[in-house]
Amino acid sequence: MERYEKAFLSACAAVLVIFLCALGYSSVAMNVHLPSHSGMIYCNAGQKLRKVLLKTPPFDHTGVKEIAPGKYQAVVIAKTWAFTPNEIDLPVGAEVKFIATSADVTHGFFIVGTRVNMMLLPGQISELDYRFTKPGEYLMICHEYCGELHHTMAGKVVVK
Amino acid sequence: MSTAVVSEPSGFALPQGQLNVIRWNIYFGFAVLAIGVIMGLGQALNYAQVDIIRHYPVVKSYYQGLTIHGVFNALVLTTAFANGFIALTTARGFGRKLNDALLQAALWTLLIGSLLAAYAMFADKASVLYTFYPPLEAHWTFYLGLALVVVSTWFISAAQLVALRGWRRDHPGERVPLLAFMSIATYVMWDIASVGLAVEVVVFLLPWSLGLLPGVDPMLDRTLFWFTGHPIVYFWLLPIYVSWYGLIPKQAGGVLFSDTLTRVAFILFILLIPVGFHHQFVDPGISQGLKFTVAAMTFAIFFPSLMTAFSVMYALEIGGRRRGGKGLIGWFFRIPWSDPSVAAQVLAMIAFLLGGISGLMNGSYTMNMEIHNTAFVSGHFHLMIGCGVALSYMGIAYWLIPYLERRELWSSRLALFQAFLYFVGVMIFSHGLMAGGIAGMPRRTDMLQASYDLPAWKIPEIMTGVGGSLMFVSAMLFFFIVVMTIVAGKKTSQRDLPFTATVQAPPTIGWQPRLDRLNYWVLASVVLVIAVYGPVILGHFPLRLTTAGLLYP
Repeated sequence: MERYEKAFLSACAAVLVIFLCALGYSSVAMNVHLPSHSGMIYCNAGQKLRKVLLKTPPFDHTGVKEIAPGKYQAVVIAKTWAFTPNEIDLPVGAEVKFIATSADVTHGFFIVGTRVNMMLLPGQISELDYRFTKPGEYLMICHEYCGELHHTMAGKVVVK
Repeated sequence: MSTAVVSEPSGFALPQGQLNVIRWNIYFGFAVLAIGVIMGLGQALNYAQVDIIRHYPVVKSYYQGLTIHGVFNALVLTTAFANGFIALTTARGFGRKLNDALLQAALWTLLIGSLLAAYAMFADKASVLYTFYPPLEAHWTFYLGLALVVVSTWFISAAQLVALRGWRRDHPGERVPLLAFMSIATYVMWDIASVGLAVEVVVFLLPWSLGLLPGVDPMLDRTLFWFTGHPIVYFWLLPIYVSWYGLIPKQAGGVLFSDTLTRVAFILFILLIPVGFHHQFVDPGISQGLKFTVAAMTFAIFFPSLMTAFSVMYALEIGGRRRGGKGLIGWFFRIPWSDPSVAAQVLAMIAFLLGGISGLMNGSYTMNMEIHNTAFVSGHFHLMIGCGVALSYMGIAYWLIPYLERRELWSSRLALFQAFLYFVGVMIFSHGLMAGGIAGMPRRTDMLQASYDLPAWKIPEIMTGVGGSLMFVSAMLFFFIVVMTIVAGKKTSQRDLPFTATVQAPPTIGWQPRLDRLNYWVLASVVLVIAVYGPVILGHFPLRLTTAGLLYP
């Protein structure tokens, strides 16, 4: 019996290690990155985060900007209960860097049908790169509960 | 089997006073579950675009109901059940009573804490969901209540450690009995794990809600929450593992094979506490290196559950073969399926297996981005806690309540039907949520009022509503059976716990006795916690608490 026990446990360990290698491969070789340190926005006592954001680049100019041929950045501010801007237009094949933050509570930023999925926290900047290869209209929603009208917090990404 | 079979023949029974405290813990937990389940029906039907929450008394919004559902089912019920059930298994494992004052203190702090939190939630002053991410702000009674619920578990842990010391004094050189070891390991794990939540609530949120702190650090508080928020799952799970390892083999007519493997599994849960960052894979402000390290640790924590799958399945196989089961899988059909306590828990195991696989997907570093905060996650944890744990509670209740009341189970056949109905309900419900989640349907969202909808979510939404309704009907049957057992079950004499034996006795020489020295494992765990969490937490100092709250959203 102990022989089976050892065989089972070794097989389990091997499977887990293989899975982990696959994840490492997806991140390193396929260049899929998670949001991480992208800077913070500090607000001193008495200041309102919403006001500070208006003066802090890149959040002083929200929306889409072409930063190099075929490369875009989309700057988004989330606040209860809307995204600014609530529509993002991009050409097919565009490589886009989403740069987003929250002006009040914790929000989510999720473009349905893609892996663009980030948490937006007040005071923290979230960044994620993505390439839209299919034209269409994508739903952009807040997927973290943020108050009584959370379910109305949505916009769209139009890829043409 | 030619090896020595070990069992516990003392037949120790707890004094009635302690059994009463245990009984009130269990009944309070189930009463709270009843309220949570009623809320749950509203949420499931909300997915299917049927608005019954509108007709609920007191409940004003989907999110208020969802907060009550989450706090009652995932925090209060689980604590109440563990406090009662694990107190019993500890005492019975040692064959000695627990400290009366500590046992009483645990019950009262739990009751007062739960009532405080319930006041805030029912008064619509705490619709912040059971993750209560600041700067969403709740009434102070909500935070104080939750803190007391956590404190109640520390009283149980203290009672266990007092009993352990007394037992060691009376039994020098002996191995700690397995049932007691598992029970203590569960609470020792939780003692370490609960520190994050305790600090978040007591140091930050409670003073903040009372106006004593100017603001919060949302990132730090969220990190502290998830420090506890992952291993809280072990706290839900390990009492069930105590039943699966320590009691189910006996109920199924089998024995547990390896004492050592069982202890190692529990120790691994103590060691691998700091994996909460895998709930924060898509958070800003945490490095990818740390996230990947935690992903690897998360895979490691899957290992003790695979060990459990092996041990428990083998114990069931022994039972099935002893009862005449033949062939590769023939034994599976010969385990006592007519015993509702066994049937419910074996069905719970099947759900738990599926839940574990979906959990591995959630924990998969890059893959997580596809499903983070979608309904897939709710589908996953309803397989785990909503079925693996909850249906096991029901299965345990089918012998525990007759044991506590000295009455027969009121209707075995109805109980059996209840367990299967619940299982079918969860399968449909979770499939709906997971399919919806893969199609991008968000979790914790009032889908009935939402300003958006997709055709691909339609069938998953209906499945969620149908499955949830079946779960609700089944849960109501469960409460009915419990009440009927208490008031109308046939009276019997005092029985013992379904105490399992192990094929291999715990060795008293060699390296194995060191497994019982929990302080080594606690020390190792604390070192790992500091290594993983220390740098991140220190990075938040000096604190900038400037974010104002959004009161009672």
